[in-house]
Amino acid sequence: MNKNARGKLKAPKGTMLRTLKALFHFYPFLMTFTLILILVNAVISAIPAYFMGNIYKQLEFAEEAIKAGQTVVWSWVDGYGGEITKSMLTLIGLYMISVIAGAVDKQLMAVITQGFLKKMRGLMFNGMQDLPIKYFDTHTHGEIMSYYTNDIDTLRQMISQSLPQLLTSVVMVITLFGLMLYYSLWLTLICLAAVAVILIVTKVVGGGAGKYFLAQQRAVAKTEGYIEEMMNGQKVVKVFCHEKEAKADFDKVNENLFVQANRANRYANMLMPILGNIGHVLYVIIALVGGVFILNKVHNVSISGEGFVTVAGGIAVLLSFLQATRQFTNNINQVSNQVNSVVMGLAGAARLFALIDEKPEEDFGSVTLVNVKEENGKLIECEHRTEEWAWKKPLADGTTQLIRLAGDIRISDMDFGYVPEKTVLHNISLFAHPGQKIAFVGATGAGKTTVTNLLNRFYDIKQGTILYDGINISEIKKGELRRSIGMVLQDTNLFTGSVIDNIRYGRTDATDEECVEAAKLAGADDFITRLPEGYNTMLHQNGANLSQGQRQLLSIARAAVADPPVMVLDEATSSIDTRTEAIVQAGMDKLMEGRTVFVIAHRLSTVKNSDAIMVLEHGRIIERGNHEQLIAQKGQYYMLYTGAFELE
Amino acid sequence: MIKTLMKSIGEYKVSSILSPVFVSFEVILECLLPLVITKLVESIKSGIVIWGTDGTLGIGQYGLILIAMSLASLACGALAGAFCAKAAAGFAKNLRRDLFYRVQEFSFENIDKFSTSSLVTRMTTDVMNVQLSYMMIIRTAIRCPLMIIFSVIMAFVMGGNLAFIFIAVIFPLGALLFLILIKALPLFHRLFPKYDALNESIQENVKGIRVVKSYNREEFEKQKFDRASSELQRNFTKAERLLAWNNPIMNFFFYGVLSAVLFIGSYLILSRTPVGEGVTLTSEKISQLIVYGMQVLMSLMMFSMIFSMIAMSIESARRITEVLKEESTLHSPENALTTVKDGSVDFENVDFKYSRTAEKNVLENINLHIRSGETIGIIGGTGSSKTSLVNLISRLYDVTEGCVKVGGEDVRAYDLEALRNQVAVVLQKNELFSGTIKENLRWGNPEATDEELVEACKLAQADEFIRGFPDGYDTYIEQGGTNVSGGQKQRLCIARALLKKPKILILDDSTSAVDTHTDALIRKAFKEYIPSTTKIIIAQRTSSVEDADRIIIMNNGKIDAVGSHEQLLHNNKIYTEVYLTQNKGGKAISSLSEMTQTDKKEGDDNE
Repeated sequence: MNKNARGKLKAPKGTMLRTLKALFHFYPFLMTFTLILILVNAVISAIPAYFMGNIYKQLEFAEEAIKAGQTVVWSWVDGYGGEITKSMLTLIGLYMISVIAGAVDKQLMAVITQGFLKKMRGLMFNGMQDLPIKYFDTHTHGEIMSYYTNDIDTLRQMISQSLPQLLTSVVMVITLFGLMLYYSLWLTLICLAAVAVILIVTKVVGGGAGKYFLAQQRAVAKTEGYIEEMMNGQKVVKVFCHEKEAKADFDKVNENLFVQANRANRYANMLMPILGNIGHVLYVIIALVGGVFILNKVHNVSISGEGFVTVAGGIAVLLSFLQATRQFTNNINQVSNQVNSVVMGLAGAARLFALIDEKPEEDFGSVTLVNVKEENGKLIECEHRTEEWAWKKPLADGTTQLIRLAGDIRISDMDFGYVPEKTVLHNISLFAHPGQKIAFVGATGAGKTTVTNLLNRFYDIKQGTILYDGINISEIKKGELRRSIGMVLQDTNLFTGSVIDNIRYGRTDATDEECVEAAKLAGADDFITRLPEGYNTMLHQNGANLSQGQRQLLSIARAAVADPPVMVLDEATSSIDTRTEAIVQAGMDKLMEGRTVFVIAHRLSTVKNSDAIMVLEHGRIIERGNHEQLIAQKGQYYMLYTGAFELE
Repeated sequence: MIKTLMKSIGEYKVSSILSPVFVSFEVILECLLPLVITKLVESIKSGIVIWGTDGTLGIGQYGLILIAMSLASLACGALAGAFCAKAAAGFAKNLRRDLFYRVQEFSFENIDKFSTSSLVTRMTTDVMNVQLSYMMIIRTAIRCPLMIIFSVIMAFVMGGNLAFIFIAVIFPLGALLFLILIKALPLFHRLFPKYDALNESIQENVKGIRVVKSYNREEFEKQKFDRASSELQRNFTKAERLLAWNNPIMNFFFYGVLSAVLFIGSYLILSRTPVGEGVTLTSEKISQLIVYGMQVLMSLMMFSMIFSMIAMSIESARRITEVLKEESTLHSPENALTTVKDGSVDFENVDFKYSRTAEKNVLENINLHIRSGETIGIIGGTGSSKTSLVNLISRLYDVTEGCVKVGGEDVRAYDLEALRNQVAVVLQKNELFSGTIKENLRWGNPEATDEELVEACKLAQADEFIRGFPDGYDTYIEQGGTNVSGGQKQRLCIARALLKKPKILILDDSTSAVDTHTDALIRKAFKEYIPSTTKIIIAQRTSSVEDADRIIIMNNGKIDAVGSHEQLLHNNKIYTEVYLTQNKGGKAISSLSEMTQTDKKEGDDNE
């Protein structure tokens, strides 16, 4: 996983807009409604400060009146009590709206967030299915997986929490700012100065934390790498009694991680108390300054027009202002907290959009594969499965032509490179008649697997042609082409599910009997029936409970059930021990019967009886012929065969 | 579980205690602040004094006190944060160390019990989870209840009976939050594995994309994914919606408290109803009571949040404890033998199974006597227990019945290190470690001179290709040995084992990726240069064992036959069968495995 490259928190401009667009696109009504609720709620949460101020004012006046010896009685409708009750009822009304709006918006947000994530995942996954193999060859699995785990997680965080919170806080900050101006300009200015301090502190301390968190991330990666390596090699450690050295090395890595983690978390932990107490100090300063204003009857500048001329009025203004100050700083802190996670979320979103935007595999093919039957020497297309296939080729005049699927492959003058600068296959020409077996032999990197990659158009050739039953494969729909070529690869990939489901992966409409038949052919039936639940045994994690050899047998069975006219066996039996292979051999021979087969194998027993063997070196065919011919040539193949030569 | 984990706090006990101590100071200061603020406002109201003399305090003095308190609170908070970070990071460090050390003591049986990936997760993700939880426990989890208690006390001091509103609210709110939590937690607990399963299926798809495309199964995969993803969405929405009630409930109670304090307070002030002995309400007191109310409710909310986070990390804690409590199943005996007399090996009526509860023996009634210096080949199909057999010699596992003797003494009588230094095993699933070739080789013998390294590599036929590298013996091996080919890796592993100068050398399918010619050279070198060492060679190829003194044919955990190449060809069906498959066409030739070895996965390790 390239963790370093992911460390950058940069999202291209427009990601925010695109995210919002996507949200509104998926949930036009719900999103609008939720947005309105959030805005209303934010404003409503700020306004009560005004009514509370009003209540304080009444209380101050009442207290002053009491002090002055007037009689003050509680009344629900008149006098101070009446005013307070009025404000109180408004307040309770606002609160009720706020609670209800909040409850509804939170519920809707939960629905929207999960729905959005599901839709994003769907877009990503579906898009990914249509990407060319090249994408998967140039991105590590870890990298791709991290879209679905890390990036989706930060996106969830951003949509469900950070964005609404940020919006709420910004609206509240604006509303409160207005309210503070309503009370006093001078005090508002002091408040703004404090906000500047808060922002600077956040930047310094928060930035420091950010830097150290990256350092911590690196230390974590290093420690994990070390742990992974040692756990993988634990048995070797035991065999060499290397425990003491392993411990000493581990201590070094571990200590480094501790230092980094300590530093990063220390900064992060200190930020909150610092910000909180700056809020307190500001509160005190405002109270002090306000007090001085009141004592000196300073002329107030405010929208309300109320001033610090009378003590009671001044105190009421001050108390209201202090209330607003507290909310104000809390929300400023919220904004600075949320901005970071919104930025992170956007960076994640940008990566997800990049994945969704990846260009899918192009397919201009028009030739399809259809079932046919032969009547009076003519091919007739059928709806049902007939065991006979034909290519259906649309002609220029609008009619179609049926060409029997035979498995005749001709490659001529083919050049290919994964990147334009480096050609890995040079001038490859070969033919395979229906039913022939062609083998590729050569060192790792000689281009054996590349040839098969081109055959089923995982990659497209640059030069030359490949004809399949006389049709250029670029005219055949990719899906149909691949359906006609069975692949058994060295790295077997099984899917979570039962054994029989895995075999049926080759052809979804295969009956249970056909699957068992295929398993028998592949020599897999024997071990499958010995599994705890036979064909219904569940496989997990790529069939972790099976041996590599057993997995290969299953993948052969999977190819057998697909019953394709052409097969590619890429190291299909490499992990089956010789004894088992002897048992499987008969099945393999039967499987290959009547098909065009391309074999890449290291066992002579598999390669030897091929109709033609191609020896590849550095992307060129350097020798070709059948076994006897090649032995007689006494060239590379002969040397390999006699074991006099080792290819690395 | 907690007791086991606590042991790992170790030298970070002081920090772990100081963190809550400073948190307490911070909380107390924070709770006193509103009280002094009230005094300040009162003094604004009553006195016109900026700097009070003769005992009364003016607003200047109150202001200074308040700022000093804020700064003290800031210092306490920052210190608490720093100690908390140190304690948690240190605890995590010790946990990782204790886990790692514990695994170093593990026997093969212990290692088999936990898979490699699960051990890695325990030392990384799980420790990280516990670290986060610990940080919350010694800071926030202490802070919240303290905050609630002190705020309520101060509310009583300031507002008298009016503070009963708080008491009236804490319990129903706490109960509601708790209720949501205990309903939501199991939902999430059930959901996380499903979420993991979805991600696993994505991973499966990514790894198997060639299969998907070959079989034209893209649409099928999309539908499969959509089903799983929709189901997950439904369940997650349900759980999230439940949690989404937290916030409005909290707001409801907060606004309720606020309204009640404000309204009842106003009524009490205006009607001049006493709220307690010597307590008179004022408007500024009401405003500060609201601050206390907010602190109490926020703390309650925080508490429920971190409670859920801690609850989720309990599984991690359990998994860590599981490893910490795992006792090694193999120990050196007391008064252990430290010298191995010679390289003879004797199996006497040995039965063996990996798990005590397993029904079937993996090895059954093995009787075998190998003389010191003999070369033994072992052949057999997958699952015939070849590896199990040789693993008993260096006591990687203990026999279930009977005994294995090395140098005439039961292996269980030896000091483990002494025994394993004399019995070198080149494991089937072998590993090189990131580091130079030299460093890797010196695993065999840390004191080996450069000459000795070269000598061992010559024997293992590795010297030539090592010299071919630009950096020679200082070539850096990448993690997992990915920058050398399979055949090269195997030869390096053999050289590493040779450096031990063992009395017994066991090669478990260790030349499978080496071409027959080089394989033969290695065996020839063994014969010439280490004739007195007992050599036991497990192989797939008959050519690797045909010149051995004796060849053992394993079948289904039993010895099928023992004999020389010629004898076995004559009278053993299995051997003849294997020999013929590998040599169809007559000539004694074997495979071309060397051509593809780099990506070749090794077979299953426990047969």
